[in-house]
This record gives sequence, C-alpha cells and structure tokens, in this order.
Amino acid sequence: MTIQGRHVTLHDMSLRDGMHPQQHMISIDQMVDIATALDAARVPLIEVTHGDGLGGASVNYGFPAHSDQDYITAVVKAVKTSKVSALLLPGIGTVDHLRMAADCGISTIRVATHCTEANVSRQHINLGRDMGLDTVGFLMMAHMISPEALLEQAKLMESYGANCIYCTDSAGYMLPDDVTHRIALLRSELAPETEIGFHGHHNMAMGVANSLAAIEAGACRIDGSAAGLGAGAGNTPLEAMAAVLDRMGAITGVDIFKLMDAAEDHVLPIMDEPVRLSRDSLVLGYAGAYSSFLLFAKRAQKKYGVPSHKILLEMANRRTVGGQEDLIEEIAMNMAKAGQAEA
Amino acid sequence: MSKKFTAAIIGPGNIGTDLLMKCLRSDIIEPVWMVGIEESAGIIRARDHGLRVSTDGVDGLVARFDEAPVDFAFDATSAYVHAENSRKLNALGVMMIDLTPAAIGPYCIPPVNLDAIMNSAPKDNVNMVTCGGQATIPLVASVSRVQPVSYAEIVATVASKSVGMGTRDNIDEFTRTTSAAIAEVGGADEGKAIIIINPAEPPLIMRDTVHCLTKEPADATAITASIKQMIAEVQTYVPGYRLLNDPIIDGHRVTITVEVEGLGDFLPKYAGNLDIMTAAGLKTAEMIARRMLEQAEKR
Repeated sequence: MTIQGRHVTLHDMSLRDGMHPQQHMISIDQMVDIATALDAARVPLIEVTHGDGLGGASVNYGFPAHSDQDYITAVVKAVKTSKVSALLLPGIGTVDHLRMAADCGISTIRVATHCTEANVSRQHINLGRDMGLDTVGFLMMAHMISPEALLEQAKLMESYGANCIYCTDSAGYMLPDDVTHRIALLRSELAPETEIGFHGHHNMAMGVANSLAAIEAGACRIDGSAAGLGAGAGNTPLEAMAAVLDRMGAITGVDIFKLMDAAEDHVLPIMDEPVRLSRDSLVLGYAGAYSSFLLFAKRAQKKYGVPSHKILLEMANRRTVGGQEDLIEEIAMNMAKAGQAEA
Repeated sequence: MSKKFTAAIIGPGNIGTDLLMKCLRSDIIEPVWMVGIEESAGIIRARDHGLRVSTDGVDGLVARFDEAPVDFAFDATSAYVHAENSRKLNALGVMMIDLTPAAIGPYCIPPVNLDAIMNSAPKDNVNMVTCGGQATIPLVASVSRVQPVSYAEIVATVASKSVGMGTRDNIDEFTRTTSAAIAEVGGADEGKAIIIINPAEPPLIMRDTVHCLTKEPADATAITASIKQMIAEVQTYVPGYRLLNDPIIDGHRVTITVEVEGLGDFLPKYAGNLDIMTAAGLKTAEMIARRMLEQAEKR
C-alpha cells in the first residue's frame, strides 16, 4: 500500500518516555535545549511530563528533578511552533493535575489507561474536551487483548470525548500484523473524524516497521523519540521514522536534517546509558512486559543478585500491567530466596 | 453476650450483602433492615435471612422505623445520596457508618483512630475512607507511631473485577480521599495514593505497597515490631491480611507490602479490597457498641 501524500503527525516522546531511562532527572536546561531543537525541526508535538505522567512523582516510580509544572512551563515558553502535550494516568494523576497542565499551556492531553480499563478515564477525558484541549485516549499494553476487545475500549474513550485514540504498544511486543489488525479495525469502526495513533517501543526492533503498518492501516499520529530516548529499547527513533516517511512521500512537515541534529547533538549527549536493544529490552518485547520496568529490574539485580531479564520474564508471566513496579523488588527477593540467583 | 445492637444496611448490592453475611456472625450487631430502592436479588436474600426490607430507600425505613428501630446504619450506596441518608437517620438517633466516599464524618481506620473518635465529642457519622486506605493506613500509622514520617505513599493493586463503576466513574476520589487520610489518620506530613487495576485471570488478590519516608534514619527493629503488631491487629477482623516478606528498611525509606485476601462471604476471596471495607465497617460498629455497653453497665 502506498502512503504517498498521506499526512502524518509526529509526536516526540524524548521528554516524557525519555524520562524513564534518565530516571526522571532531565534538567530544565536540557529540556529547553532539546525542545528548542525539536521546535527548530518543526516537530508538531512534544510530550513533557514525568515518565509515568502527571503526578508520577513518587517513591514508587521515582522523584523527578523538577515538578511537571516547571517542566511544562519552561518548554511551552521555549517553543515557537511546536505544541506541548502531557500524559495522565488515572489512578496516578487527577483532574487537578490536568487543570494545572492546561494552565501551563499544553495543547494536548493524553489520558492513558491499561487497554481493558478505559472506563476509569471518563472524568479526565470529559474535562480535557470541556477545556478545549486536543484530547487523546491512550490504550496501553494493547498487545494483551484482541483487536475487537481493543475497539470496545476505544469506543468508550471516544464516547467520553476523545478526538484521537491510540493503540499503545507499551511492551514493544507487537509485530506489524498485530498492529495492522488493531489499527484497521479501529479505523473502520470509530467515527471518521476520530484520529488514530500508534505508540511503539523498539524492544523487538519493530518501531519503524510497526509505525508504518499503523499508517498503512489508517493511523495518522505516530509517536517516536529523538534518538529513541524512551523506556526499554526506547521509542520508535523519530528521526529515522521521519526519514523513512520522507522517502515514501508521506507529509510530516518535519525538517529531517534538523531532527537528526536534535537527536545527535541534543538528545544523545544527555543519555545516562545508551538506550539500546539489550537482552533485557528484548525480553520485555519478546515476553510482553511494560517497558519502564527495565531500570527497576536492573536495580533489583544489583541488590538481590537475580538476573534482571529473568525478573522481567516473570513480570510478563504474571500478566502485570503498567505501574506495577512495586512487584519487581518482591519478585527479586523471592527468586533470590528460592536460590535462583546466578550472579 | 446477651444484648445486641441493631443495624440497617443501606444498599443491597455486593458490598451490602457481604456486610450482611458478616453481621449475621456478629455477637453484638444484629442486622434487622436491608434498604434498597427496588426489589432485587439482594433484597430477596436479606428477606430470606429474616430481615425487614425497604424497597423505597431510606424513606421506607424511616416510615416503618418503629417496627424495628436500629442503633446503626451502614451506608453502602453512593456519595451522592449519602448526605441525605445520614441526615434522615441521624434525626432518629442512628449512628451512621459511611462506606461511601462522601466523608461527612471523620475518617475512621478502626485500629488507628476509632478510640480517639469515640473519646472525642459524640459523633453520629464516621467514614470508612477507601479500600486502599483501610488496607494501608494502619501500616503508615505503625511507622509514624515509632518515629515521625514526612511522607507516605501507598500503591494499591486490585483485580479489575473487584472495582465497581462507582469507583471507576470517580477514580480521583479514591486518590484524593486516600491521600488525605494517609496524612490525617496515618500521621504522615504528606500522603500520596496510587491505584493500579489489573485484569489478569484468575483475578489477583489485592496487594498494597506502603512507602514511608522517615525524618530521621528509620529504626529497623522498632518499626518492624510495630508493623507486625499492627498486622496482627488488622487480622482480628481481616484474617487474610498478610505481610509479604519482611519490611524493606533502607535509610529513611520503609517499604511494606501486604496482600489482602477476603473471607469470601459473598464477595470473591480475591476482592480483599471490598472485604476489608465491610469488615472495617462492622468492626467499627462493634467497637462502638461495646463502648456503649460498657458505659451502660457503669451507670
């Protein structure tokens, strides 16, 4: 299928999903520097929040260097044409956080739930819509349910007022066919004016391929991250995605060379560790565990001497969902007790 | 015990029915009314157990109150109607135990502050906070009674099947109410609450993690002992309340993880989050009733 002439909105995740590998410690200066570079590359949307969304600051997920309010305010001020989005997970953040983010000048709110739990998002999506924000329903770990079940949840979010629905591959588990089936069904059954988006992780090296499959099946918003900075093996590398779309004749409005500069000269230098397709990340994608569990499993390995990839495999086997980071230490303790420690 | 105190249960749904099963075993609380708004499975079940029923809401109970007056009412309906229910029954001298998030009365976590509530001015309404609050605030208090806690955070992971539409429609209420009670009742300077809903099959048992940050380095021995004592106290009314592993104490951080298995009276066992609410509600009524009995005997 050709995507020649198709309009695709690229959405950068480096300052939100990228908070995970940076342990939520990106400085305001770094955020402003990266956002300025993305703005120069005419990336239309930039997400800025704690890795776990508004209100994610916690012992459980990590305290950030600065508040969501300070980050968003600084980035909104720094950009000229790019718009700023924030993520909100009901159960972690509340409508109070949403109001704060709106006051700081976000244009887009993305309300994220586990793929089967859309009905906890009603009040947040309602409010986003009432405030006139671009309001997105973000269905996480979408590989865990069938396309039909995903559609049912998407329809709930659409009924609350979301003008865009995301199929979110939080574990980087999906293969292109998985994406095609889900996006195609959403596209055919949701209202024509409802936009469809895809958020990928690169844990199986499928970020670009899956995003292309999504576009071919009807998605018009694609998440990625400059230099791939994101949880697990990172998000779909946005500069590569933009270059591929350019060669295929799709229209993103992005200056691909300036985006390459943003990735190479602004994002890469801040990385604590190279974001790469490590054994741990591959296990996340292969078995289907939430990408931001990665660093927690590595810490548990250090403390309990249990291999991190085995912890992640167990997290997947237990069918955990995003946010269950608190189980990782317990699993590591139990594995260590059971004498499975190999280190 | 000879003297029993009578109670009405408002809301014949899953929570109300589970509460009914627990009340039927109580040696001091006797359920005599089930209040609903229409004929329903819960109403029929209550009638089968010999209760009087109202299908006209609290008004039906008020109209026929003299047939079987009650000392206590448990409200298992919704925050929207609780205030009215409470006003009408308080006027008849009924003590209201509020299982909704309305929180008109003081927050009540039985092993932590029920004594203090009873010792203060007379109350005609207490609020049972949230399921996450009942499961975690005793643990926060068990740390804060040893040494000052600047911040406490709880993460409640619950089975999708155990979370009803009331909670889903207003999940922020869970977050806000629990956070507020962590500080107010748990004794932390600041509280934060997170709820995670997991749809796995078979459904997982409620699991709660409590993180406390102490002002001074945590006294591992004293805190561990205090936690274990508190857990034993909660187990007196929720036998399936269990510590998973020893508390992790690392500098200023204390991390405690428990699981809460319900009794399976009417609700399934995995729904410890609901069981701990009904058990705490009944425990509250029982403690107040015993106090009333002691005071009557003194006179």
